[in-house]
Amino acid sequence: MCVNYGTLVANKPAKAKNWIMRKVAIYGKGGIGKSTTTQNTVAGLVEAGKKVIVVGCDPKADSTRLLLGGLAQKTVLDTLREEGEDVELDDVVKTGFRGTRCVESGGPEPGVGCAGRGIITSINLLEQLGAYDENEFDTDYVFYDVLGDVVCGGFAMPMREGKAQEIYIVCSGEMMAMYAANNISKGIVKFAEAGGVRLGGLICNSRKVDNEQNMIEEFARRLGTQMIHFVPRDNMVQRAEINRKTVIDFDPTHGQADEYRALARKIDENKMFVIPKPLEIEELESLLIEYGVVN
Amino acid sequence: MLLRHTSDTIIEREALTVNPAKTCQPIGAMYAALGIHGCLPHSHGSQGCCSYHRSALTRHYKEPVMAATSSFTEGSSVFGGQANLLQAVETIFTVYNPDVIAVHTTCLSETIGDDVNQILQKARDENYVPAGKYVIHCNTPSYVGSHVTGYANMVTSMVKYFSAKSATKKDQVNLICGWVEPSDMREIKRIAATMGAKIVLFPDTSDVLDTPMTGKHEFYPKGGVTIPELISTGDSKYTIGLGSFCSEEAATLLENKCKVKFSIQDLPIGLKATDRFLVALSRAAGVKVPDSITEERGRLIDMIADMHKYLYGKRVALWGDPDTLVPLTEFLLTMDMKPVYIVSGTPGKKFEESMKSLLTEKVPEAKYKNGERADMFLLHQWIKQEPVDLLIGNTYGKYIARDENIPFIRMGFPILDRVGHSYFPAVGYTGAMRLLTSILNAILDKEDRECREEKVELTM
Repeated sequence: MCVNYGTLVANKPAKAKNWIMRKVAIYGKGGIGKSTTTQNTVAGLVEAGKKVIVVGCDPKADSTRLLLGGLAQKTVLDTLREEGEDVELDDVVKTGFRGTRCVESGGPEPGVGCAGRGIITSINLLEQLGAYDENEFDTDYVFYDVLGDVVCGGFAMPMREGKAQEIYIVCSGEMMAMYAANNISKGIVKFAEAGGVRLGGLICNSRKVDNEQNMIEEFARRLGTQMIHFVPRDNMVQRAEINRKTVIDFDPTHGQADEYRALARKIDENKMFVIPKPLEIEELESLLIEYGVVN
Repeated sequence: MLLRHTSDTIIEREALTVNPAKTCQPIGAMYAALGIHGCLPHSHGSQGCCSYHRSALTRHYKEPVMAATSSFTEGSSVFGGQANLLQAVETIFTVYNPDVIAVHTTCLSETIGDDVNQILQKARDENYVPAGKYVIHCNTPSYVGSHVTGYANMVTSMVKYFSAKSATKKDQVNLICGWVEPSDMREIKRIAATMGAKIVLFPDTSDVLDTPMTGKHEFYPKGGVTIPELISTGDSKYTIGLGSFCSEEAATLLENKCKVKFSIQDLPIGLKATDRFLVALSRAAGVKVPDSITEERGRLIDMIADMHKYLYGKRVALWGDPDTLVPLTEFLLTMDMKPVYIVSGTPGKKFEESMKSLLTEKVPEAKYKNGERADMFLLHQWIKQEPVDLLIGNTYGKYIARDENIPFIRMGFPILDRVGHSYFPAVGYTGAMRLLTSILNAILDKEDRECREEKVELTM
């Protein structure tokens, strides 16, 4: 395998273009609803006319299922393994809801190999193939949907070397979700200095914890960022998921669809990009006591 | 003045190693594996590791070193190396037909967490391993320990896979050999044979890495411990481990597995260590030390006595592997020389304990250190602070020898720029005589070359 890291192979003359592609990565605790939130938000963006590519960075390869209507997608790494170096973009990029381009990195089966290395390999390969070529594809957004905690260097790949420039962390008012968000912020600080990545905000995916909105707003304030949107809990999300669709696709008139549209609009209009100030664990716990358990 | 920037001011370092006094674990594992007859070492990792480790051995032993590799690609790093290793086992037995494949890991396969034990079990279950053939393995991440650790791990895995206890005891003694030259292993076998002691020496690289030119290439030379011999080690009456770093773990496992009692001796380098080895072997095997060996000892002592005035008080710096350095230091002390600086890149508290007990009284000014930060740079700084009369160690000391104009004897691993080490032993009484000769030659050659004209002497 001869991947020429760090270089873009596609070297076409730049077309005149007056916008810049936004590179967004979504992080958050495992099971918090990153993939669901990402896909629903992306649906809001494409509905508003934006052109988006979604890159799933999770070995489970379930980051694009709602956009593709459950279409089983061949992952980048499966393709690499089966077909060797001669991977073509069309082999791994599938088009879903309203022209959204979808890629899954994939990875090894649980318990073997190195999923982190898989993310690195996959993102490098996509770059080489020119998947993010903003001129060729008129892309407005690339969304990286990344597995749970940043457990090793591989899962930080989307943050590195200016790949993603803005990070949104999905969290809820639950202790462990906030703890994970705080940890991810530490990762952002590390890469912010070298690569220019910034935190764009927290997305609160409600778990109906007491006083949740206030607590996350305060948590965001202390991190030096914002709670960009509070997504209420609604069974419509599950219903749409069972039907392998985003809410906007499944029931465009539902109130929950408007919530995702609002989140999409806020991200699109967001101007607040910061290097976060992670909290000490004691401060995080006291926040929880102050806003949550005690009241 | 290749190392002209080395200063005598020692700054406390926490993270930086300069010119380490050690190398990769798999090199040791590969060398030990070559001490099994008909064995093909296999490196589970990328091709580059295997190439480097083979060439490191080839450059030292001046023999072609064969080894196979799992040839990891980007894909194997992500999905794990199982498919590659299974394919490798099948191909190796089909094409190269060894008796044993000895698999060791690399940093890459260790870090992605490949379960080599499980993969090899699968290889056996799915009949990739022909009847009567074996695949053994050990784990050798190079970010732990050193090449010595890798050697010890492979030797331990020989016991783990082969040693077996049957109903009948065997009238033989196991000698678990630390990392020495093929010539040394040959010499140890000669000594045992002269004493009439029945032994199983493992690993044994004599007649593997010191083979004669016959005009015909033997992929698997005649030397090496055989599989039946290795299996029989479980029935031996006693085990002597030579060099604690290389042999203690294997000896302990052999006792736990097959109830064969053991003692750990120093490698028989120098007068006293050879004495202790002979006593241990004669007791274990129930044989006497014959006059011919006692006479060898007498000749060594005669030589030490005769040459004492040239050696007395000479300051020596040495580096290399703990199992060699400990008896070598003792031998220098026997000759009233002063081993003042000693470094080893191999970590382990035992090194410091041994050096302390050897040096505290006799050479209180001696400095010694082992582990990651004990490197050639530190040794050079010590020498800058106060010079020495002699250097003993592997080839990596030649820059210091040149810059400081110090006589230099090559001993240890690797020796990349001279020949002879794999043919002439350093163990036993005759080995000690050869060592003494080299030391004396190096010191006197410099003296003859550089002393004032009126001081030049024709005779000693």
